Amino acid sequence: MAELTRSELFPGVHLTAVHTEKFKSCVLGASFLAPLDRTTAACNALVPSVLRRGTQEHPDMESLSAALDELYGGSIEPVVRTRGETQCVGFLGSFLDDAYTLDGSAILEKAAGLLGELLLRPCTEQGVFRRDYTDSERQNLIDRIRAQVNDKRSYALLRLKREMCAGEPFGVDRLGDESSARAITPESLWARYQDLLRTAPMELYYCGSAKPERVADALRAALSQLPTDGVRTPLPRPAAKEAPAQPREVVESLDVTQGKLTMGLRTGSTVWSEDYPALLLANAIFGGTTTSRLFLHVREKLSLCYYASSQLEKLKGVMLVSSGVEFDKVGEARAEILSQLEACRKGAFEDWELEGARRSVVSALHSAMDAQARLEDFWLGQAVAGLTEDPEALARRVEEVTREQVVAAFSSLQLDTIYFLKGREA
Amino acid sequence: MEKTIYSRVGETLFHTRLENGLPIYVNVKPGFRKAFAFFATNYGGMDMRFQLDGTWQETPAGVAHFLEHKMFDTKEGNALQDLAANGASPNAFTSSAITGYYFECTEKFEENLKTLLSFVSVPWFTPESVEKEQGIIGQEIQMIEDDPEWQVFIHLLSGLYEHHPIRFSVAGSRESISHITADTLYACHKAFYNPANMVLCVAGDVDPEQVERLAREILPKDGLSDIPRDYGGPEPTHAAHSVQELRMEVSTPIFQLGFKADPLPQGPEHLRGELIGTLVSEVLAGSSSPLYARLYREGLINKNFGSSFEAYPGCAFLAAGGESRSPEAVRDALLEEARRLSEEGVDEALFLRLKKALYGAMVRSLNSFEHVCIEQAQSHFAGVDYLDFPAVFDSIGKADVEEALRTWCVPARSTLAVVRPKEEAQA
Repeated sequence: MAELTRSELFPGVHLTAVHTEKFKSCVLGASFLAPLDRTTAACNALVPSVLRRGTQEHPDMESLSAALDELYGGSIEPVVRTRGETQCVGFLGSFLDDAYTLDGSAILEKAAGLLGELLLRPCTEQGVFRRDYTDSERQNLIDRIRAQVNDKRSYALLRLKREMCAGEPFGVDRLGDESSARAITPESLWARYQDLLRTAPMELYYCGSAKPERVADALRAALSQLPTDGVRTPLPRPAAKEAPAQPREVVESLDVTQGKLTMGLRTGSTVWSEDYPALLLANAIFGGTTTSRLFLHVREKLSLCYYASSQLEKLKGVMLVSSGVEFDKVGEARAEILSQLEACRKGAFEDWELEGARRSVVSALHSAMDAQARLEDFWLGQAVAGLTEDPEALARRVEEVTREQVVAAFSSLQLDTIYFLKGREA
Repeated sequence: MEKTIYSRVGETLFHTRLENGLPIYVNVKPGFRKAFAFFATNYGGMDMRFQLDGTWQETPAGVAHFLEHKMFDTKEGNALQDLAANGASPNAFTSSAITGYYFECTEKFEENLKTLLSFVSVPWFTPESVEKEQGIIGQEIQMIEDDPEWQVFIHLLSGLYEHHPIRFSVAGSRESISHITADTLYACHKAFYNPANMVLCVAGDVDPEQVERLAREILPKDGLSDIPRDYGGPEPTHAAHSVQELRMEVSTPIFQLGFKADPLPQGPEHLRGELIGTLVSEVLAGSSSPLYARLYREGLINKNFGSSFEAYPGCAFLAAGGESRSPEAVRDALLEEARRLSEEGVDEALFLRLKKALYGAMVRSLNSFEHVCIEQAQSHFAGVDYLDFPAVFDSIGKADVEEALRTWCVPARSTLAVVRPKEEAQA
């Protein structure tokens, strides 16, 4: 069985350690938590990529790759994620578990050492980040921001969030925007990095066969040079906002052959609400599964969409509906999606739909315990939310939810914004 | 069932073959709550011309994928919903070579396995349901045609191959699928969805004997012997076209450079060939190769760059690509590096390091039940004992990789496929 230990290694620096022997690998992660903000998002997003270019001991990618190859092809990749209105930037690593090395050598301490090196001892020139590393990673960041348009399905959701939450931190993309990225210099990036090092709360994560004490020792040693002259203040929860009386509508065109219809709703409750399990079920019934209303009625029965689904942003209190439609069917699809929502609000869903949704949500929570990446993702969300409930305990609460509670969760949904991406010639 | 312990990778595998010809593999994984079942047929997008009951059948592009969509329909309703109602996550995919149906679940495993075995083996098509699916798949085809990553890959394959059916889209085109009827689907189901042409792979903390019992109870008693297929005879060794280009709404050019390798034989040599091909890909353009570091430093590639080796019946190739402002410069650098490695040989220390890294990555990938089951199925069809990879690894030397580089990493065997931004497009 997996056991979880949470501990504070330094003030504001927490470790979540999952002890289990069932995997062939261990996961090791470190994230700085920063408020999502238009002025700092791009700079924060750039920090781990530039750190990943070289350290004092391993000054270039060749030597870092060689070090990772020697650890049986371990990986430590820069990651930039958002959880609600918190931007989480850092590294996520995966290594062969000590049990499977060819010579019985231990990997954890060396992996933690490399992680510490990447976080704390970057390769510098004139007291700041190297100019060539900064320039090339800044260009990569700009390219990634511009490439978001390539995947139309996620691009439509990104545009929806930006329109719906203009003026709220939630509307800021995890990578920031192109003009802020362009303005970054080695000096400004260095200042941002120093600020994260001193004031950002840090979340460390481990999942694997090592005992929590050994993990804590390894990470404490690896991070012993972490500055302690700042205060790491916990971040506030996102503010709730009401939907406008009339939903906003935005239409844009790009050269696509299939339209993307998306909708953003305010959910009222969030991961902190007592009725959060009911909201999870409402989302599953409406569009979260292959037995959902959107899948069965809008996609399968009426063939209005190639895909139609909904997802929750649990820390913000937002539900996002995403669908792919032919241009001439958009009106029909839109009316049908809203009419399904109205039916759910009235409680017009069958018992088998409720139970199917419950089985699906419970099963997803249980199986998260069996997948290292999903477990890490779950615990990062909990850490940002300041919660310690594990997936099994949340699953038990989902088992207790009544039909009335689900109907109540549906009733609190408010349509805020509709974003439609159409073709140029349409 | 026969039990094999693979101590080097910590796996325990149970295996048997039923009277109807169906092979069953069960990876027992203690301590896991979820279980995964994968039921696959040795039938994919490229199996368009085949022999059934003594006559050759020609089928339009896209039938295997179309069939995958329609198999979930049952006389009583839809198997997808039956599985989902139990909390299982069901899905399916069609590749060029195989079609696989699977679910993951944390409860009611046996009930879900019965559902899986039953809906895949009992066809139920009507003209109405086929017509409706033509609309749904038509939309899916439009969606993938909008995807530049997909376009660049299909252009790479049609550049490398003259006639091998790997060059066709697995989903077919809107035109090709319009020729599909309920009869086409029944014929293809009869040919390829017979137990002797399929494989069942399970991973989880389950009872292997119970899996065997359920399969014997639910599946047909007989299987057809071999179904001959025609891929159009041997391909020339050189690439059909050296460059393939198109324009789409992308921000930066997207490219794939391919090398046409020799097809791999069935049997143990197949796994060896795959591992050698993968090592070639790592030595030439992997993320810790000298060339990767140089191209990255020069801003010619970014983190999206990747390379891999893929083998299908009758064809095998290496593909390396991503985004670049100058795909031609990346191609020239790759060709030059392949020439240098062929002439000067691969650095011994680099080779050992990459081998160690690839070994670690392969062991780590055994964490994924989905990966384990799909690999097991594909290896079975290729005649390979997949979990034996550590021993095969031991037998591969630097000279094997150098020989492969010299043979097929050459200009005449290469194709560069590029999707360029539209000139008038705005980001």
